[in-house]
Amino acid sequence: MARGGSARSRATSRSILLIAKSENRPDNEAAREDDKVAVAFFYLFSAVLIASAFAVIVSRNPVHSVLYLILAFVNGAGLFLLAGAEFLAMILVVVYVGAVAVLFLFVVMMLDVDFAALRQGFSKHLPVGAAVGAVVLGELGFVALGWQSAPGAQEAAAAPIVAGVSNTAALGQVLYTKYFLFFQASALVLLTAMIGAIVLTLHHRPGVKRQKIEEQNARTRDNVIEIKKVPSRAGV
Amino acid sequence: MVVGLTHYLVVSAILFTLGVAGIILNRKNIIIILMSVELILLAVNINLVAFSASLGDLTGQVFALFILTVAAAEAAIGLAILVTYFRNRGTIAVEDINSLKG
Amino acid sequence: MIQAIVFLPLIGFLVAGLFGRRIGARASELVTTTLLFVAAGFSWIVFFDVALGHGHASAPVLANWFTSGKLSVDWALRVDTLTAVMLVVVNTVSALVHFYSIGYMHEDPDRPRFFAYLSLFTFAMLTLVTADNLVQMFFGWEGVGLASYLLIGFWYQKPSANAAAIKAFVVNRVGDFGFALGIFLVFQLTQSVSFEQVFAAIPGIAGHKIHVFGADFDALTLATFLLFTGAMGKSAQFLLHTWLPDAMEGPTPVSALIHAATMVTAGVFMVARLSPIFEYAPDTLAFVTLIGGITAFFAATIGLVQNDIKRVIAYSTCSQLGYMFVAEGVGAYSLGVFHLFTHAFFKALLFLGAGSVIHAMHHEQDMRNMGGLWNKIPFTFAMMTIGTLALTGVGIPGTELGFAGFFSKDAIIEAAFAAGEHHSVAYFAFISTVVAAGLTSFYSWRLVFMTFFGKAKEAHGDAHAAHGHDEHAHGDDHGHAHDDHAHDDHGHGHHAPHESPLVMLIPLAVLAIGAVVAGAVFMGDFAGHAYDEFWKGALFTGHDNHILHAMHEIPHWVSYAATVMMVLGFLGALFVYRLAPGTAQKIAHAFPRLYRFLLNKWYFDELYDAIFVRPTFALGRLLWKGGDGRIIDGLGPDGIAARVVDGARLAVKLQTGYVYHYAFAMLIGVAAVVTWFVAGGLR
Repeated sequence: MARGGSARSRATSRSILLIAKSENRPDNEAAREDDKVAVAFFYLFSAVLIASAFAVIVSRNPVHSVLYLILAFVNGAGLFLLAGAEFLAMILVVVYVGAVAVLFLFVVMMLDVDFAALRQGFSKHLPVGAAVGAVVLGELGFVALGWQSAPGAQEAAAAPIVAGVSNTAALGQVLYTKYFLFFQASALVLLTAMIGAIVLTLHHRPGVKRQKIEEQNARTRDNVIEIKKVPSRAGV
Repeated sequence: MVVGLTHYLVVSAILFTLGVAGIILNRKNIIIILMSVELILLAVNINLVAFSASLGDLTGQVFALFILTVAAAEAAIGLAILVTYFRNRGTIAVEDINSLKG
Repeated sequence: MIQAIVFLPLIGFLVAGLFGRRIGARASELVTTTLLFVAAGFSWIVFFDVALGHGHASAPVLANWFTSGKLSVDWALRVDTLTAVMLVVVNTVSALVHFYSIGYMHEDPDRPRFFAYLSLFTFAMLTLVTADNLVQMFFGWEGVGLASYLLIGFWYQKPSANAAAIKAFVVNRVGDFGFALGIFLVFQLTQSVSFEQVFAAIPGIAGHKIHVFGADFDALTLATFLLFTGAMGKSAQFLLHTWLPDAMEGPTPVSALIHAATMVTAGVFMVARLSPIFEYAPDTLAFVTLIGGITAFFAATIGLVQNDIKRVIAYSTCSQLGYMFVAEGVGAYSLGVFHLFTHAFFKALLFLGAGSVIHAMHHEQDMRNMGGLWNKIPFTFAMMTIGTLALTGVGIPGTELGFAGFFSKDAIIEAAFAAGEHHSVAYFAFISTVVAAGLTSFYSWRLVFMTFFGKAKEAHGDAHAAHGHDEHAHGDDHGHAHDDHAHDDHGHGHHAPHESPLVMLIPLAVLAIGAVVAGAVFMGDFAGHAYDEFWKGALFTGHDNHILHAMHEIPHWVSYAATVMMVLGFLGALFVYRLAPGTAQKIAHAFPRLYRFLLNKWYFDELYDAIFVRPTFALGRLLWKGGDGRIIDGLGPDGIAARVVDGARLAVKLQTGYVYHYAFAMLIGVAAVVTWFVAGGLR
């Protein structure tokens, strides 16, 4: 947090757009043009992102909300690209948009929500909520605008970005070595989530025949087969 | 105009606020709440990635990856709960979901 | 032997009380009665030895009770003539009452408890009379009060019995409080409570003054006054008398034992025992005389108009106790004790006889429903007549011929006159005792005539209706007349009156013998020539106390006055109730207010109710509801609990059940924390 403790040296504000290429870039007119385009795209992505986020929460139709959410994700991915995290950007698109948002869409459609019954209007908490939100936002901005990086933060990077390696490869190098345990833990989280989702929503329909493996395995010859001597023409 | 860390942080902050506002001021249904949570997580991800780019530290991106994982898992579970709840109660309007009332 | 006398009744109490249910009622009766008879036999032996014979007074110490600083209290049994007299009275009457109760309480399911209580009472009374120090006497004092409470409220399912028991205990308590203060004062003056030491120290303190509440009082007067208030409570004297008539709620044997012969005489005994102190407090003695005189008259007036047979006898007891105190007040302690002695016999006889009548009439106690019984229960009739003769003091003045009361009562009247020549209070007492003698005779013969003569009342139903009408008109005996047995059913209300069983009649006969001869036989010992050989210093008389001699120097008309009044009373009763029936009602109608005044016991109960009972209850209710309830409970547990509930109700409002409300709360919390730190950082 920005407090008056550390030295008041302002860190040089450098661009963090397209960071992987920043060291190699010649300082010429074309590069500056590129920079201007990047800045424009940044503002574009940011504006659409915020607008669509706003639209998510005020839309009347939940399906619209989901679509706006998808738009927000895509713009977020664009921002990630601008910041040089292309692997994360693509993963955002694949996972968030391709899986989570689709899931949202499924559920919204499945739940057959009656639009007419949905109540509109602002809640009575709006004044208080708006005030508190403004306070939070103000403080966030205060922090965002007035903070400094601690000296030596740059050098204390735990996993410094190495030039010459693509983002994906760099992440791979770090993920499977240094952060391996977290990797496994997140795998467990996913497993748990999967099991949980199945447990919650699976319900056997009556009348559907299924195999009961444990019964099949526990069956012995004595339980099921009985040999009867049947005289001819007599039946059982 | 140099786009520095600050800009990303501001965007993240605004997104975060919007997400929180969506949770609290929502009067429609629960799905909006879940989507607001996703927005919040996105804001956090942007924050982490910005810092990662600024400090030249891959840890931010790794962490953002994990948050992504957890967010997906949590969205799945949340929706599963929602579906089950809807099956039992027949409604997802926020006013009707007050079983936690003490 | 003295230990046996005192402790045999205690053993009887323990056996019947603890094992009564296991050994059964008959065994309880037999054990207690037998032990009492043994104790009574021993008492007579002691009497013959110590009082009539040449045995010496003694005070064997049994054990030390407690010692605290200068106060040392021992358990010691003092035996002197006064004790011997009391032992004989208490044990004889108690043994006879035990025997009588076998028959009277025959149908009662709680017999073991009854006999246990009787024996307990006897033990306490014996402790009182054999006490060698004030604290032991107080122990016995309280013990008899307790036994009286238990026995009056014996039929505890009856609310009137419970109320009467409480009333007796509370009124006694008022007196006992004064008694206790007197003991404290005596200890403070003499640094001891043991009789020997106290009596020795008294002459030295005579005339000392003590300073209390800003005023100076003569020390001994104050001490004896306080001690006498105890006697007033226990002996039902004027002002603290209200409990005695209500005590008739108890079974009749109880009335005979406790409220005629023994407990109520404890006050008289106490004054006699403490005669060494009282002799040095002439002001208190004047007060004693005054109270005795008032009581003698006052109780007799009320007894004139009562309709419950037991109440008449109760008021008679009250009046006779007044006589005893008059005697002690003028300095003739031996006369007071003598009257106690004779009174025990004929009053117990009258009570037990009344019990026999009640038994014969199947628990009817209202005399207006009795009549014509003389030939149906002749033995009881004879016994009651003997008792009445003894009570009224029938005898030939100037001779040695007379029933017991003749000697003792008339002696008191003569002594009062003799003292009256010097003290006006005694003269007042003389007048009141003489008048009371006439009244005594009137109501006693009234009782006999109403009960045994006249028309026999036939249908029980008429009696009910008549009684009901009378109840509204006169407001007396609120339902007390019927059924002194709580559990009795009305099924056998129509049998003819029959004589009581032998077990009830034998005690009557024994007491009758005493009522007849006790006066003549013992007059000389108690108050006559054999005074010194008899008493052997057990009663103390001061230098100026020559009352016993002065008694013999009175004019002749005084000695005839009592007999004359007695005859007048008899004639009056004969006229009103036999010769001209209906006169009583005519007189009552002629003086309705006076009649009601007497019937309602001079409105003392109402007066005390208004002055003491109601304000006390109001204060109690105020402290209970307001003080205890609202203030202490309200500020304490109840109040705190209510505030906690209020707080919880507020907290409940926070739990709306909506997750987004909870999230909102969290957000507010986060904003607050961040603001706190930011603001902190700004400083």
